[in-house]
Amino acid sequence: MTQSVVVQVGQCGNQVGCRFWDLALREHAHVNKKGVYDEALSSFFRNVDSRCVCAGFTPSKMLFFSPQAVLVDMEEGVVNEILQGPLREVFDSTQLLTDVSGSGNNWAVGHMTYGSAYREQIVDKLRRAAEHCDCLQCFFLIHSMGGGTGSGLGTRVLSLLEEEFPEVCRIVTSVFPSPEDDVITSPYNSVLALRELTEHADCVLPVENQSLVDIVNKIKHMSHGGKPASAIKRDSAIISGQGGLGGAEKPFDAMNNIVANLLLNITSSARFQGSLNMDLNEIAMNLVPFPRLHYLVPSLTPLYTLADVNVPTRRLDQMFSDAFNKDHQLIRADPKHSLYLACALMVRGNVQVSDLRRNIERLRPSLPFVSWNQEGWKTGLCSVPPVGHSHSLLALANNTCVKPTFMDLQERFTKLYRKKAYLHHYLHVEGMEHSVFSEAVTSLSSLIEEYNHLDATKRRLMPDAPRLRIAT
Amino acid sequence: MSIVTVQLGQCGNQVGQELFDIICNDAQEGQRKAYRESSTERFFRETTHGDLVARAVLVDMEPKVINSSMAKAAKCGRWQYGDRSHFSQKQGSGNNWANGFCVHGPRHTEVLEDLVRREAEHCDRLAGIMPVMSVAGGTGSGVGTYVTQRLRDIYPNSFILNHLTWPYGTGEVIVQNYNSVLTLAHLYQLSDAILVHENDVVQRICSQLLNIKHASFGDVNRVIGHQLGSVLQPALTGDCHGVYSRNPLGELVSGLVCHPEYKLLSVCTVPQMASTSIAYSTFSWPGPLKHLRQMLISNTKLEEGIDWQVRPSVRPGGTERTRSRTGPGFNTSLANLLILRGKDVYSAETGGFGDPALYTSWLSPEQGFNLWKCPVPFNKYEKSATLVSNSQALLEPLDNMVAKAWNMFASRAYIHQYTKFGISEEDFLDSFTSLEQVISSYKQLC
Repeated sequence: MTQSVVVQVGQCGNQVGCRFWDLALREHAHVNKKGVYDEALSSFFRNVDSRCVCAGFTPSKMLFFSPQAVLVDMEEGVVNEILQGPLREVFDSTQLLTDVSGSGNNWAVGHMTYGSAYREQIVDKLRRAAEHCDCLQCFFLIHSMGGGTGSGLGTRVLSLLEEEFPEVCRIVTSVFPSPEDDVITSPYNSVLALRELTEHADCVLPVENQSLVDIVNKIKHMSHGGKPASAIKRDSAIISGQGGLGGAEKPFDAMNNIVANLLLNITSSARFQGSLNMDLNEIAMNLVPFPRLHYLVPSLTPLYTLADVNVPTRRLDQMFSDAFNKDHQLIRADPKHSLYLACALMVRGNVQVSDLRRNIERLRPSLPFVSWNQEGWKTGLCSVPPVGHSHSLLALANNTCVKPTFMDLQERFTKLYRKKAYLHHYLHVEGMEHSVFSEAVTSLSSLIEEYNHLDATKRRLMPDAPRLRIAT
Repeated sequence: MSIVTVQLGQCGNQVGQELFDIICNDAQEGQRKAYRESSTERFFRETTHGDLVARAVLVDMEPKVINSSMAKAAKCGRWQYGDRSHFSQKQGSGNNWANGFCVHGPRHTEVLEDLVRREAEHCDRLAGIMPVMSVAGGTGSGVGTYVTQRLRDIYPNSFILNHLTWPYGTGEVIVQNYNSVLTLAHLYQLSDAILVHENDVVQRICSQLLNIKHASFGDVNRVIGHQLGSVLQPALTGDCHGVYSRNPLGELVSGLVCHPEYKLLSVCTVPQMASTSIAYSTFSWPGPLKHLRQMLISNTKLEEGIDWQVRPSVRPGGTERTRSRTGPGFNTSLANLLILRGKDVYSAETGGFGDPALYTSWLSPEQGFNLWKCPVPFNKYEKSATLVSNSQALLEPLDNMVAKAWNMFASRAYIHQYTKFGISEEDFLDSFTSLEQVISSYKQLC
């Protein structure tokens, strides 16, 4: 069994991370009734107290397992909140790195100032977390792109991970800012961070706040819909954190739960059994045809299960159709009208391979795939469903529909950069120069260009490459 | 004589477990003593307590599947895997052939060779080695190819029969075509014969013949186990004079693979029906055999939707034959092995399979057609017939696989994932060239 370490950086990263650990504990408690430290737990937790075996297992009893995590934030508010909340027993101080004053929404401060100041400490904490692992397979980095710490220090941590642990896969969950974001410098921060992601990450799962808001509203609308038959089964919404350790729900909790569920689903096959396992290194292998094009658009279905058993359960097929629907994507994108380079389907629960194949056959004609990967599907079946659902589907698409997001960022960046607005805040930071900006922009432009190039092949019927001929 | 099975990767281990289960049940089912003894000798060894231990080595780069296969075997109570006959690591091969072949294989080569040697030493006489694997993933394909290479060096005089499971055409793994091409090209030089099952075909057998609406991988693996078992269980071959053959793999290989360019074997079994229907069916030989012959000629892989329009054309006289004489869709065979199991095998009429029109012109049907019989019914079917054929049946799937891989290679997609483990573009080109040669050879059979 392999282990993963979660590194959460910045306010957003830590809040999402906190939700992730809560839901992970809930999931394992659900499956592992005896409370014994088993293989599945070992992928994210380590056993601090080997004597403890708890009967009547509830999440609170799982406090003897310590998460493999490193929490980094340059201001203390969020981490303190975690330490005063129900998860306080779970983390210990060696896993935390905090400072007082924050990064002021400035990528340069996060990346260069704090990055250099705390380099040794960060590497030390990472190494300590890695040493506890028997076989470390993957680092999960959670951060946001728009701010200063998550974006700047987070990407510095990413390049440190590449330096210190080059063999270990780096999967980054990045929360992209919405256009109406209240942080004015978020385009600068995002573009500067994006360059780092393109260079140093193995896979990036972009998530947009606006999509999360839309999904949460959709679910709330459903549950308050008024039709008695359509009440949602308790605990079964993808945004629900009930049954975990967390107390009252805080404002961003619902949205953060979605991202936490995304991480749980990606790792489900590595943790639990199934008839067709999909390991984390297989995700990077199958979904990344060219090194820089590693942005995978996630979508999760179903969003909820209905409570009324008299209503026929949403058919399995509906779940598959929904996964390609633009309302279910975690960034604002329409994959069906862009070009697929590759697609992975991770199914959990009581679904058989024939159901999976039938749905792939059904949906394939409507999805445009690149000419050299017409049947580019990677599938995985895990037998353990998530809490509250009988089955669920995670789709990861390497699709050119990320291009509009990038172009949007580029446009917002250019608007500010042309006027040199706020630039002095960045250039004052030691180590920061104009060239950093221009390299970041170049990187972004060439990335967009690569996607353009692929898009151009979309409508054209590409001829098959001529085969080798054998002299007969 | 005994066969040592090497189960590699998730598919290999899952299929292998179903195979041993079916063989054990079949042999133990109050059958004739000679059959049971021969089958048990071939696939199992007995411990001091009288328990049956499979002659198998389980290999995977991550532990979950091996654990569940061993647990399933132990649970059934009739047989089990050897306690120390397995090898696993913590982290898989990531669907990367190069990772399996260049990294995992060499890294663990001593342990793996040791495991096989121990199992082989338990055999009084080694009939041969059968690696069971899939071609789509990383471990089965990559490590499997490496292990076959090592076994070929260590046991130069033993027969090596590779059993391969080909993935669904519409993709289980995106780089499956690369992995398949690399595997097949290498195995072609190492293996004595390559026996293939295609997931697509087996899936159709499950849904159309066995009436399983939502076929799971377990169902698919059971069908593969049934078909493979019907090939490998004891039978009376031409050479054996009333005793079950002591050299099944050797006779299979020498009967079917007469030329090193033609090593791909496909399997068909009739009848196949839902287990609940077996009790209500009557079995006779003429019907199924006629179907089986037409299935061979028209290249239909299951006993459904057989195209009766395809027939060998009538030769006006003389022994020359050109391609235009055989109709479209006609499947020319190089060699066939028909295995009949059940009651009244001696009365079965198999002359149709010896018809020269079925075979390529440069082999006589006496050399091309082999017949084995066994009076003991197999796996609850009162009468069943299995056809192992070396024909153009696998030409189309192979051609498709190479075409898709070539298309992907033309845009160099995913190549960086392979080159970082030590496979170069040259190696890819070599593999493509070998397989184009194989395709060309099969295409020209007439």
